[in-house]
Amino acid sequence: MMGRILLKTLGLFVAFNLLFVLTAPINRLGRVSLYNIVFPGRPRLPWGENPASYNLSLNNLDAMFAAHEIAAGPKPADEFRVVLIGDSSTWGFLLRPQETLAGQLNAMHLKAKDGRAVRVYNLGYPDFSLSKDRLILERTMRYQPDLVVWAVTLRSFPHSTQAHPLVLAQLSGTPADSFFWAQRRNLADLVRLQLYGVMWSATGIDQVYPEPYERWQNDLEADSSFQTLKPPTLHAEELAFGELETAKHMVGHTPLLIVNEPMAIATGKNSDIRYNFFYPRWAYDQYRILLAQFTKDNGLRYLDLWNAISSQEFTNSAVHLTPSGSRSLAELLCAELIR
Amino acid sequence: MDLTRLLILIVAAVLATLLLRVRPGWRNWVLLVMSVVVLFWLQPGTPIRNLSFWFPLASLVLAGAVWAWTSNDRPPPPDDQPPQTVFASLGRAAARNGATIKTLAVVGGVVLVLGLSRYIELPAAILAARPPDVLVVLLALIALLALALLASRLTPNASQLTLLIVAFVVLFVTLKLDLSAWAISMGLRVLNGQAVAQASALDLRWLGFSYITFRLIHVLREKQNGKLPSMSLQEFMIYVIFFPALSAGPIDRSDRFLKDLRAPFVVNSEVAYDVGRRVMLGIFKKYALADTLALIALNEINAAQIRSNAAGWAWVIVYAYALRIYFDFSGYTDIATGLGRLFGIKLPENFNAPYLKPNLTQFWNSWHMSLSQWFRAYWFNPLTRALRKLPSPVVGGEAGGWSQSQIIFVGQVSTMLLIALWHGITPNFVAWGVWHALGLFVHNRWADYAKSHDLARFARIGNLLGPILTFHYVALGWVWFALPSLGLSLQTFVRMVGR
Repeated sequence: MMGRILLKTLGLFVAFNLLFVLTAPINRLGRVSLYNIVFPGRPRLPWGENPASYNLSLNNLDAMFAAHEIAAGPKPADEFRVVLIGDSSTWGFLLRPQETLAGQLNAMHLKAKDGRAVRVYNLGYPDFSLSKDRLILERTMRYQPDLVVWAVTLRSFPHSTQAHPLVLAQLSGTPADSFFWAQRRNLADLVRLQLYGVMWSATGIDQVYPEPYERWQNDLEADSSFQTLKPPTLHAEELAFGELETAKHMVGHTPLLIVNEPMAIATGKNSDIRYNFFYPRWAYDQYRILLAQFTKDNGLRYLDLWNAISSQEFTNSAVHLTPSGSRSLAELLCAELIR
Repeated sequence: MDLTRLLILIVAAVLATLLLRVRPGWRNWVLLVMSVVVLFWLQPGTPIRNLSFWFPLASLVLAGAVWAWTSNDRPPPPDDQPPQTVFASLGRAAARNGATIKTLAVVGGVVLVLGLSRYIELPAAILAARPPDVLVVLLALIALLALALLASRLTPNASQLTLLIVAFVVLFVTLKLDLSAWAISMGLRVLNGQAVAQASALDLRWLGFSYITFRLIHVLREKQNGKLPSMSLQEFMIYVIFFPALSAGPIDRSDRFLKDLRAPFVVNSEVAYDVGRRVMLGIFKKYALADTLALIALNEINAAQIRSNAAGWAWVIVYAYALRIYFDFSGYTDIATGLGRLFGIKLPENFNAPYLKPNLTQFWNSWHMSLSQWFRAYWFNPLTRALRKLPSPVVGGEAGGWSQSQIIFVGQVSTMLLIALWHGITPNFVAWGVWHALGLFVHNRWADYAKSHDLARFARIGNLLGPILTFHYVALGWVWFALPSLGLSLQTFVRMVGR
């Protein structure tokens, strides 16, 4: 009897796994979402490592977008849709949804030239990687934006930083990766995302706000290194400009505005060598020149706001803004949006 | 207990059962050794040095002491024959003492081996913290053995047994009360030369102490009532620290447990299927349902974050807690019952679809049943019997003057308060106890009224609405239970009505 039970269990397990491989349901399941139906859509993509944030990072783009408010329904005729792409500073690390750049721009109740109401969607996603941003942009284009604003910074450019987990997850793995057993974590993430919808609806919280937090570093090491790149010259080939080029083709006739995002500029120890923890001066200065040249050569709209915000307006890193810093950035950008 | 530890435990239990199929006579020794090891293995770490080793050892000492105090004047075990000669009697006594010495040696040996793990580098730690120096362990064991010998010479009478019960209750309260637990933590830290500023009541996490205390008090009460069955030290230890029921019960009766322990050991495919089904069900309830629901269940943090315009979601969070606590606890019970069955012990059921019951009385007859039965046997029934004999609480009243309502009220309030305080000595647990006591009292009076006024025609409506009302009353009660302060509980109630 025991043997029969074990054999049947094994048979069912194998059959279920094979069925799972054949149907590959994980992405389809990701599209099944209670957000925008039972729960309000999230104003930014799900991301988080701390259960206290009622949020989680997952690698299923379908599920991430299905949870976002941009997927609430067809685009209204009177909406001028602006999407913001970028890293954690666009996503709004340490900022409440209404304090992010998108939140601040929406609070301005802007009108486009043709009278449509400007509605800004936050599609930023933490960590530095142009490939990750391009991946999100590709998916965003399904939602018919009228303008794409892509906030970038040098950290997103080196080839070595492109392998974001979200990007890696889209690559096809070994056949064994398709089995139910291998996908169990991803399936559990889908369930967790839906469950967190309850807490999101009840509390409106989607990240943990540590108080106090450690402020960005003003005194720096006497170190001129930047990633694996060697001073004194930064070559265009060392940076993933190809991602911007791909994005340009991807958006077609939709205007694409590239913004070199603001950063804190240190004034303390060794600030003559580095602008901040992230960047040595030699690399960042050359990057700005290269980016300006690239956007000009490719006919892309470009706004360099690298030093546009006071260094007092940054929080725990040289690219994360305070609510008032975010407001200042919105004021700088709003004219560009409705131009 | 995390899933990895549980799986290790299950594998160990299955391997032990395979061994017992070949050597069924070894069951008690296998159970004793496994229970002692698990007692130390599951003990969580505490910041106080070596305390995570001394706590389980103290559990063993308490069990041994109670055995010594309750076993002296009992009749010989059932398999013993009446003594024929003085020499035969002495021989039997020596044999009994021999069995006791053997048990002490095995338990002491296991403790010593666990103590030796201090000197062995293993890929994964067996114990939560490094055990004390083995010489200290050895000295402690010798001292404890000497104390045990002294204790075994005492034969407490009924009132001394009552004192022992009181001592257990005082120890229990001391550990549960924040202030006294904090003071003990301070004292232990001073003894250990550790920072007293970090002293906390949470330092005193003693695995299984609650359930061990319940079993020991049960033994002492049964001894007083003259109903305690004769048990060897080996059987007694297994009963008190039986590893499947160590951390979350159920609380078995000693006579029932002993019956199973002495029955022939049988593991066949039917038992294996039953065990597998029960353990799998428990794992699913605990690790799939309860742990998932925990993401959205009411807790101290999310209760403070619920927005005033989210009344519906506040209800969902409370429902999630109600379901989570049920699946968590009943899942553990399923696992314990399954593992117990693997060794031929049919532990009592703890849950019987409590949320489907039509009234609060039936809910408490099917929720944590072994605990409510324990309190009924050792508190509610003796108290109500005593109250019936007392004069009326009204001045100048005569014997037998307490009304049924008064007796029920005092019995239920005091019982529910004790059950509540067992969970922790805080105002919120008191509120939870009062909430249920009042609910039980109202239901009891209503049931009496319905009986005397022929309201049977409303029975159908009652059957339909009863489970819904009962579930909601219990679910709202969890708001007191789950949160650490009355203010936060009240705020949650306010949020639930959209304020």
